[in-house]
Amino acid sequence: MPIHEKSLIRPENLVTHEHLELDGIDVSGHWSTFIESREITDYNEALQDEIAALPGGEFIHRCWQCGSCTNACTVNALNPDFNPRYWIYLIRMGFEDELVRDKDIIWQCVSCNKCTYACPRDVFPEGVMKATSHWLELKGYTPKSPAMVFDEEFSSQVFATGKIEDGKVLRRFFARTGQSLFQDWLIALVRGLLTQLPVSLLMKMGLASVFHPRTRNWDAASAAIAEYVTERKEADRRALGLDTQGAE
Amino acid sequence: MTGKHKKVAYYPGCALEGTGHAYNRSTKAVGKALDLDLVELKNWNCCGAMEVKNIDPKLQTYLSARNLTIAEDMGFDTVMAPCNGCYHNLKKAEYDLANDEGSREVTERLSSKAGHKTYEAGKVETIHALDWIKDSIGEEGIKARVKNSLKGLKVANYYGCMYTRPRHIFPEKDKGPGSESTLQPHFMDDILAAAGAENVDYPLKTACCGGAHTLSDSDTSTKLVLNLLTTAEACGADVIATECPTCHTGLEMHQVRAEKVLGRKTSVKILYFTQLLGIALGLSQRQVGVQENFSDATDLLHEKGLV
Ligand code: SF4
Ligand code: SF4
Repeated sequence: MPIHEKSLIRPENLVTHEHLELDGIDVSGHWSTFIESREITDYNEALQDEIAALPGGEFIHRCWQCGSCTNACTVNALNPDFNPRYWIYLIRMGFEDELVRDKDIIWQCVSCNKCTYACPRDVFPEGVMKATSHWLELKGYTPKSPAMVFDEEFSSQVFATGKIEDGKVLRRFFARTGQSLFQDWLIALVRGLLTQLPVSLLMKMGLASVFHPRTRNWDAASAAIAEYVTERKEADRRALGLDTQGAE
Repeated sequence: MTGKHKKVAYYPGCALEGTGHAYNRSTKAVGKALDLDLVELKNWNCCGAMEVKNIDPKLQTYLSARNLTIAEDMGFDTVMAPCNGCYHNLKKAEYDLANDEGSREVTERLSSKAGHKTYEAGKVETIHALDWIKDSIGEEGIKARVKNSLKGLKVANYYGCMYTRPRHIFPEKDKGPGSESTLQPHFMDDILAAAGAENVDYPLKTACCGGAHTLSDSDTSTKLVLNLLTTAEACGADVIATECPTCHTGLEMHQVRAEKVLGRKTSVKILYFTQLLGIALGLSQRQVGVQENFSDATDLLHEKGLV
């Protein structure tokens, strides 16, 4: 296992001495930065099992820390703190506190599957990222991410009717995340389209938002899915040692 | 290879009935112009796009399995999905049903409760619109049918994430000469080259547009899209050809957003590959839905003498 490098070199773990002499040698100034020794006692020994119990996290145990996932990652290229390889390491070591430090960016995985393509061990790191986001929410470390709100809005429409209507997903997502539908760029986008679109299509789109598209005879499927989702949510909470009553 | 897939089951998916309407229109129009028959799946359901798998991947498998059952019941062994998301999900369902006991159990249980038969992996093959045209008409066939060559049009072919990744769900790719490649996909390049286009060497063919978070993490998506747009311009492309309604809409939306929010204007146009192919086959702008795109390509098409 590689050393626990990142947390060791965090600013709060470093001590700078203005004047320091060791064995008669002056080591102050630039060279007087030391990493303080410390003990780690707050392991969550079940952390890997908890992630593995959530959908997508099943194969985390296979990781051998080659770093191919992070090297390939789309989001890592934009933000070096987004580091799937490192998070998998923390999870496998049980460093819950360290993992939670990055709680606000883990959900930003764009599901491009570059990591999964690159991984020589079939860890399916994209799934691990999703499992980790779920874990953070279930454990109460983060509120629902905007991405999760979107997934829920979208999925609940599919579960209810078998189909989705883009406009409705958009409106409900914006409402739930408190965003205005009247943002500059959205207005510019829609204005551009309205001047060009044929009337017949506009009418069709308008009608879709009144008569929502749906799959016929979907009720039985919808009920079966709802039952499965409830069961699944309870199982996820149980795997994390949480009260199943909290499942929505 | 040509001559395959003359008549296939067609799975448009929700996006093609909504924001990707122009893709639906142009795919059908191209099929007609090429004498290929599309029979829409009866009473299909949403594949779950990129969202349902985040609630539970096995539900995604069930949703796709239901659509595959419909294709089977209608007597088809091939279903064609032009949307990368639908294509990916149907392929993924095939893989999971063949390899994962848990997915099979959930699909069985949900299918029986929903009152239809359980789909068995291997009964139906899923193909993308690119396979459909490549395998049934081929490059020579396209060349023979071109009425309005795309000559002089510089195209960056953009395939996106879900057409190539992850590799294990596409057993037919990476099989050497003639087959599609996951690392260097070329089917769209081949088709448009046959239609006369000048394809530029575009290094971001399979880069991500951030489509999964297009609204939930707009800043990330805008940066990713801007990178796709500026690179296409730097490669000399007039237009980015797309094969996925999510990528297409994302590129159009974030092109506008990049301009409004980051002040970065880019002028490369975005068209579905079926729109470009349709125009080459002699269809009108209206027939392939050019006016339904956010990114108005009319001037470009005029300038190139294509309309
Ligand atoms: S799927 Fe997520 S973690 Fe994997 S490479 Fe893409 S953004 Fe990174
Ligand atoms: S590519 Fe796979 S094996 Fe390598 S570090 Fe990432 S998850 Fe682990």
